[in-house]
Amino acid sequence: MTGATPAAEPTLLELTGVAVEYGRRGARVRAVDGVDLTVAAGEVVGLVGESGCGKSSLGRAAVGLEPLAAGSARFLGEPVTTIGRGARPGRLRRLQMVFQDPYSSLNPRRTVGDLVADGVTLGGGSRAEGRTRAAALLERVGLPASAAGAYPHEFSGGQRQRIAIARTLAADPLCIVADEPISALDASAQATVANLLSGLVRDGGIGLLLVSHDLSVVRQVADRVAVMYLGRVVEVGTTEQVWSRPQHPYTQALVAAIPRPDGGGVLPADLPGDVPDPADPPSGCRFHPRCPIVEDRCRTTDPRPETVAGREVACLVRAAPSARADA
Amino acid sequence: MEPLLRVEDLRVELPTRRGLRPAVDGLSFDVGEGEIVGIAGESGSGKTMTAMTLLGLLPHGARTSGSARFDGRDLLTLGRRQLRDLRGRQIAMVSQDPSTALHPILPVGTQVTEHMRHHLGLSKSAARAEAVDLLATVRIPDPERALGAYPGQFSGGMRQRIAIAVALAARPRLLLADEPTTALDVTVQAGILRLLDRLRRERGLAVLVITHDLGVMSAVADRVAVMYAGRLAESGPRAQVLAAPRHPYTRGLLDALPHPEAADDPARVALRPIPGSPPSLGDVPAGCPFHPRCAFAVPACSTDRPEPLPVAAGHLLACPPDPLPRDDAAPVAEGAPA
Repeated sequence: MTGATPAAEPTLLELTGVAVEYGRRGARVRAVDGVDLTVAAGEVVGLVGESGCGKSSLGRAAVGLEPLAAGSARFLGEPVTTIGRGARPGRLRRLQMVFQDPYSSLNPRRTVGDLVADGVTLGGGSRAEGRTRAAALLERVGLPASAAGAYPHEFSGGQRQRIAIARTLAADPLCIVADEPISALDASAQATVANLLSGLVRDGGIGLLLVSHDLSVVRQVADRVAVMYLGRVVEVGTTEQVWSRPQHPYTQALVAAIPRPDGGGVLPADLPGDVPDPADPPSGCRFHPRCPIVEDRCRTTDPRPETVAGREVACLVRAAPSARADA
Repeated sequence: MEPLLRVEDLRVELPTRRGLRPAVDGLSFDVGEGEIVGIAGESGSGKTMTAMTLLGLLPHGARTSGSARFDGRDLLTLGRRQLRDLRGRQIAMVSQDPSTALHPILPVGTQVTEHMRHHLGLSKSAARAEAVDLLATVRIPDPERALGAYPGQFSGGMRQRIAIAVALAARPRLLLADEPTTALDVTVQAGILRLLDRLRRERGLAVLVITHDLGVMSAVADRVAVMYAGRLAESGPRAQVLAAPRHPYTRGLLDALPHPEAADDPARVALRPIPGSPPSLGDVPAGCPFHPRCAFAVPACSTDRPEPLPVAAGHLLACPPDPLPRDDAAPVAEGAPA
């Protein structure tokens, strides 16, 4: 399920049939269940879905922070091995992650310069190189070089997230997985960091997997969007396709639920029900208990992704409308 | 007749290491029965402190002036006992984080019924019946069983709905909702916004919604007040403030948002953040607090404090240069009823 990948750019990250499981009271819960996704150079892929849909687990598995229960994750054709007690293999150094909370991801007792320089020295650079590059990287993310001497607490949330991004850039990444990088920030700081990330991709040819529950932000920066529901990808396409003409009923519900700040006083559309327990997913299509266009076959048949209106959609009804379906 | 809540020239000073500093400075607004009024602004703008003031929950050493009349009584001068009787009974609050609003080791039923029994004097069985009704109203599936369950057994969205049920238990007349949907997914948010809208229509509930999310504001609020550094920047009918803002700060907040409706535009426009960050408490610039970040600032903005003045019916603007172009095409009347 790759959607409309631009063929010209090389694939950096390739996820095939990825499954992630967690143990819960002796039982295994599949948080991610068979996801295919690629990220190419110079491309932002947005991964959206509600809490508990498995998008963060998928993002973490993509960089080797969670073991795979099935499938494979490859970076530049090489398998992404799960991080253990030892050092992460050098070949994965150019696959990096940015975390949601810049308050917990930066060591409060070390200076910003030291934190950023780590990315350089861990890649084999000298400490002097680290210091020089740290100053340059801080400027690249829009902070003064003098920030290197300060401590994380002296900065606002948005500035801290920029420091975290500078640290990631120190490893000279080809591909970045960012898990909700702007959710913890104020609206204006969100715009700054979103612009910074998309600028890095456009100017630096980096591939970015942007995990977010905020469709508006993803819409603004992503080239392609993958929508997850209960461990599965239900729709992948270009941002414009997914946003303007969503096909999967779940994507349609997500888009319709976003309130528009236009002063129009329109209540967002409701999607009744809650996300089911991933330990006990519904039979057939996992969305069928909440689906407005559900048919009998949806309760028994698990839909596979098929091409609908130029993008991949996992929906029996959209792939092959039944005779009695409305227009 | 005076509206249910009338806040006039509210000033709240908080103790800091350098003495008292204003967190809210000259704020006025009304909330009538069945009305939803929104207060918008970035973190540190004083919007949460406004709610805390109305509940009498300010930190020790805080000082207030102005007035906040609820049903004719000034909340700022009420005694502790009288305030305690109002809180929960007449004025209730829902906060951003449902996991801290609910007691983790008390069953949901106990938390919903204790207000009914304490404030309304209902019997155990009457309270239980009403709790079942209330949980059904906020759309908790199987409310009978939910009464015996614990908060940890519910998802975040369900917990927030339970927190709203607890807040509504004593049939309050005013609900203070501080970022009620910020931690939730959009589909759950949509459900809660529709619930608030239904409660104000069916029960005449007055709601003060505090949020940085202008989309949420646009969906439910009848009138909107935009705060910056403790002061009112602009307030008025939702359609005027959000579709044709007059204050550069309101304009900036809107420009910093992604615009879902621009999806057909192939050349995606970069988000336009407001340069700089809001001032911290006690560091508020002289004159207009927004002037260091304002693209339209004139010399007077750094010296003269702007007062909110009417620019249209019900529309107050604290920006004497009033530099934004009038958009005559923008709706000035209420939007179509939802």
